[in-house]
Amino acid sequence: MPQKRKAPPGVDAKLLIKDAAKLLPQPSRRLFLRGAFSLGSLAMLTGCDIIDGPTAENALRVVSRFNDWVQALLFSATTLAPEFPESAITRPFPFNAYYSLDEAPDIDGDNYRLEIGGLVDNKKPWTLAELNGLTQVSQITRLVCVEGWSAIGSWQGVRLSDFLKLIGADLSAKYVWFQCAEGYSNTIDMPTALHPQTQLALKFDHQTLPTAYGFPIKIRIPTKLGFKNPKYVTALWVQNNDAGGYWENQGYNWFSGL
Amino acid sequence: MSTEAASHSARLHAPATSGPVIHPRWVRITHWINALAMFVMIGSGWQIYDASPLFDFLNFPPALALGGWLAGALLWHFAAMWLLVINGVVYVTLGFATGRFRRKLLPIWPRAVLSDFFAALRGRLSHDDLTVYNSVQRLLYAGVLMAGVVIVLSGLSIWKPVQFKYLTVLFGGYDIARYVHFFAMTAIVAFLTIHVVLALLVPKSLRAIILGR
Repeated sequence: MPQKRKAPPGVDAKLLIKDAAKLLPQPSRRLFLRGAFSLGSLAMLTGCDIIDGPTAENALRVVSRFNDWVQALLFSATTLAPEFPESAITRPFPFNAYYSLDEAPDIDGDNYRLEIGGLVDNKKPWTLAELNGLTQVSQITRLVCVEGWSAIGSWQGVRLSDFLKLIGADLSAKYVWFQCAEGYSNTIDMPTALHPQTQLALKFDHQTLPTAYGFPIKIRIPTKLGFKNPKYVTALWVQNNDAGGYWENQGYNWFSGL
Repeated sequence: MSTEAASHSARLHAPATSGPVIHPRWVRITHWINALAMFVMIGSGWQIYDASPLFDFLNFPPALALGGWLAGALLWHFAAMWLLVINGVVYVTLGFATGRFRRKLLPIWPRAVLSDFFAALRGRLSHDDLTVYNSVQRLLYAGVLMAGVVIVLSGLSIWKPVQFKYLTVLFGGYDIARYVHFFAMTAIVAFLTIHVVLALLVPKSLRAIILGR
């Protein structure tokens, strides 16, 4: 266990460790099927002759892809996530990752550049000062974690649809892919990228994003589960192929819409 | 209750083709599909619960949970939900359309429920005619149907708190909807416990839900 250092103001150090540990991927947990309890139900649910872990996993992933399609149909470009008053903000707002805060990327804001790639006219990298100079929007929305808990936070930054238009992105492309400093990554569907509340967040509660919440950039998407809101974003690509993502590749549902 | 069961066991071997049809084919098929769907939904639901427990004192042991880890449990949960909901819609539609709900579950008078409840405790409730439900059965079957409606709707409101935000509001918001979902599960598990114990105490009821008579 790494030594605890100074946590950012408003962040509960004990919560950090607790939350970080919970999502840790353990190789021993990777197979979805454990013991007779699951095997019994499997034969009938999948109709497969061969009852083994990989077969069941494949069948479940097919249903998960079907659920992606259903969720894309349910998604509305105009339905807004509920917004809350300042008083509803969860304090301290939890830090959550598959590593402890000590291991979170420590990015030098002065030398930072947001790399742009893919189906985009202007691929010029962006400094933080340039991004802060664009029209800023604000939201107080609920972040819902795939684990079940939720927390209400306040984010300020650039509306992603404005930014995509500004850089001349091909808005008919299927996906936007985000690369993060620590190796995390995420792919989202274009309709979600263009949703009015999807934000290239630069601030939390009107202060520059602390390391815990993803300095220098978090993509805030109140219509998706927390793990589809990447932090420490270093590159944005517009593309037609699905590049997957850190948790999605391990079996979490791809669309994960709210 | 147990003496009842003993006297009934002698009749277990009566030919299955005789006597009135207690459960038509559609009831038996939807019953067992539902049993499978519930098994998967509850097992995977317990695993999902463990990722972020609502109560400090309650964690479900891994041996009782389905899915191995959170991602696996979610895959099971969101696969079995289709089975549960499609089967449930067929069952409820036929239940109303054939008049079975009205015939079997109504009326439910509080006084009759109380008297049947105390008769059951004293082991004096008759199970001679399985085609007629006593008042306690009617209340429990109607109640678990309601719990089924609540667990599906609260589940939808947790799954889609943005697209179905008005449904989520109806449950008092996202966080409260999680508790509603949990307590609906608790009610269903309590029902299942009684349901399975009583079915085993009156074996001919088990035969009826498999063979129809």
